[in-house]
Amino acid sequence: HPLGLGLNVHNDYKMKFSVDEEYPDLSLHNNHMAKVLTKEMYSKLRSKSTPSGFTLDDCIQTGVDNPGHPFIMTVGCVAGDEESYEVFKDLFDPIISDRHGGYKPTDKHKTDLNFENLKGGDDLDPAYVLSSRVRTGRSIKGYTLPPHNSRAERRMVEKLSIEALATLDGEFKGKYYPLNGMTDAEQDQLINDHFLFDKPVSPLLLAAGMARDWPDARGIWHNESKSFLVWVNEEDHLRVISMEKGGNMKEVFRRFCVGLNKIEEIFKKHNHGFMWNEHLGFVLTCPSNLGTGLRGGVHVKLPKLSTHPKFEEILTRLRLQKRGTGGVDTASVGGIFDISNADRLGSSEVQQVQLVVDGVKLMVEMEKKLEKGESIDGMIPAQK
Amino acid sequence: MANSFTRILSSKRNVGILSLVGAGSLTAGFLLKREHVTAGANVRRVYPASAEYPDLRKHNNCMASHLTPAIYAKLVDKATPNGYTLDEAIQTGVDNPGHPFIKTVGMVAGDEESYEVFADLLNPVIKERHNGYDPETMTHPTDLDSSKLTSGQFDERYVLSSRVRTGRSIRGLSLPPACTRAERREVERVVVDALAGLKGDLAGKYYSLTNMTEQEQQQLIDDHFLFDKPVSPLLTCSGMARDWPDARGIWHNNTKTFLIWINEEDHTRVISMEKGGNMKRVFDRFCAGLKEVERLIQEKGWEFMWNERLGYILTCPSNLGTGLRAGVHVKLPRLSKDPRFAKILDNLRLQKRGTGGVDTAAVGSTFDISNLDRLGQSEVQLVQTVVDGVNYLIECEKKLEKGQDIKVPPPNRK
Repeated sequence: HPLGLGLNVHNDYKMKFSVDEEYPDLSLHNNHMAKVLTKEMYSKLRSKSTPSGFTLDDCIQTGVDNPGHPFIMTVGCVAGDEESYEVFKDLFDPIISDRHGGYKPTDKHKTDLNFENLKGGDDLDPAYVLSSRVRTGRSIKGYTLPPHNSRAERRMVEKLSIEALATLDGEFKGKYYPLNGMTDAEQDQLINDHFLFDKPVSPLLLAAGMARDWPDARGIWHNESKSFLVWVNEEDHLRVISMEKGGNMKEVFRRFCVGLNKIEEIFKKHNHGFMWNEHLGFVLTCPSNLGTGLRGGVHVKLPKLSTHPKFEEILTRLRLQKRGTGGVDTASVGGIFDISNADRLGSSEVQQVQLVVDGVKLMVEMEKKLEKGESIDGMIPAQK
Repeated sequence: MANSFTRILSSKRNVGILSLVGAGSLTAGFLLKREHVTAGANVRRVYPASAEYPDLRKHNNCMASHLTPAIYAKLVDKATPNGYTLDEAIQTGVDNPGHPFIKTVGMVAGDEESYEVFADLLNPVIKERHNGYDPETMTHPTDLDSSKLTSGQFDERYVLSSRVRTGRSIRGLSLPPACTRAERREVERVVVDALAGLKGDLAGKYYSLTNMTEQEQQQLIDDHFLFDKPVSPLLTCSGMARDWPDARGIWHNNTKTFLIWINEEDHTRVISMEKGGNMKRVFDRFCAGLKEVERLIQEKGWEFMWNERLGYILTCPSNLGTGLRAGVHVKLPRLSKDPRFAKILDNLRLQKRGTGGVDTAAVGSTFDISNLDRLGQSEVQLVQTVVDGVNYLIECEKKLEKGQDIKVPPPNRK
């Protein structure tokens, strides 16, 4: 089938109804999808289907079902496969531009997983920086994504992942724990390590169909030293996490890059490389994670700085964002914040982690100044 | 009303008429219908059925009990004419393994044709859920002649309220798990249009969930009429809550004794209710209202989904047949503590629930008592079962009050 004309009996049936009848009611909605999906665009795209049968309505269902938040602008659509970003370009391009700082359809994204290009990052003060972490996602080419995949596809992704991870050795030697098969003891240990992921409860994810058939073909892999972790078949095919206590982001990033590159080599050898292209970088389920899909961050004590009137502005200028220590949508506890990069697309992994390293270093110095009762006005950075 | 729907309906009407008229013998009608609906809809598959077969080892629901790998392999390539597939029908049962004590159904229908195309799975599920009713050989009696009901006035010192509910689906439009936004909006239009034609004690008003005022919303909450977006994963996993609250709403008559939910778990849920024990009047209004609504939609060329094997077609196989739950809120402080209570209910073909409905606990010895069965007996028969059964329970309660002993009744036929 030519791209966009995949077989879809139900979509063909739906085409009998008029655009006016089918166009969703977005009058109370506040998300990226609702901002761009006009009736005209709906009319143009509704007849299309990716080769695997994913349609416009499939992309947008999560955004229709979750009108959004007055303060937080959610994306409101997902991809069901690699081709979604092409077949439904008219929808995704303006959303990507709005979400990723004006990124144009003609822009090229740079991938740089060469950890040696990172400067510094090994001297963040551990009295303030309690832990360091870098995560990203990867999709395996040739398989549809979590909103759309069948049980057989999901199981293939798991099978390939287990095989690839089993060949790792040295610092990456580890073990896979399928969600379906773990013992109570293993489960307790994974919970204590804060590794275990649960069936999603967020309606943003459920409405997109990602939790179907739970916990079939879902699992967690980690190395023996518990510093490199892979989630299989949660919101993306793979989520890859490197982490440790303390402030040695340089080491965390080294392990991240080395581990990812090893995993990618193994997948490529079996003709299943990662989904990537020079415009969107790494292709993931949610448009917000395109590019690097990378969130590099620290848990850092900033009790004085966080109450300074210029805190938000400093973060914005440093291209960083704050979260509570429970992750997205949580509050900070005891002045400890999760600080990470705000960008994903249009800058490389090295560039984004560099911003975290430099920005956190500066903020710790500001915190120390404020402890001494000194002003930080002279330290406010320019917009990066 | 020359719109997309009249064109579709004219092709669907033949299917409907075949099933109503029976086209000769029951078997011939059944076969004609199956050939019509299984023709021409095949699903693109990349992997073999064995690779796709769900892991049901920890599952305890009717779908899991009957979905063998062989049946899965046979049905997984099929779709209804609208494109609804087996995997979609069973998703809710795969995602909700079930309860050790309560056996859920574990699958839904996306349209009327699902019951034909996936009959190899649905028939054994129906048989298990409805006490051996065999859709291949049996016929379901429909009887909405409420004049046949006897002794339908309960002692109001015990019965606090009486209620009868059912569901109806509009033929030609897909069911809530599968319907498109256009279809759902058409269901709303067709039903609201018909309800506007009701007169006398049935005259009423429609409140759309998207458009109601805050005041209307509060009134509906105070009346205990307002329904919310489903939260049960049994329902949400089947896709029924998509696009909420688009085309959902509540209609009720001015006296608040006849109520219709639009596009919740079924196209319509129809409820007749009153305080007190006059089940006869509740059932009279129920039947009169249903017949009048049916007449009004038929005037416009529509009809309810019904056939003589399965009765009224609804989303969940547990609601086939009459789709009817007739019940009372009744005070049984002594009887409910008697160890024979459960057995008495069982033999009377009744079930108990708390006063908040299914999955709730009783408050202060007031129970919701209703019929267990849905398919294989008519509306009149089932309401009579409730009437006779509740009267018996009240007699037991009175006996216990006087210190007399009670008897466990013999099991009611089926």
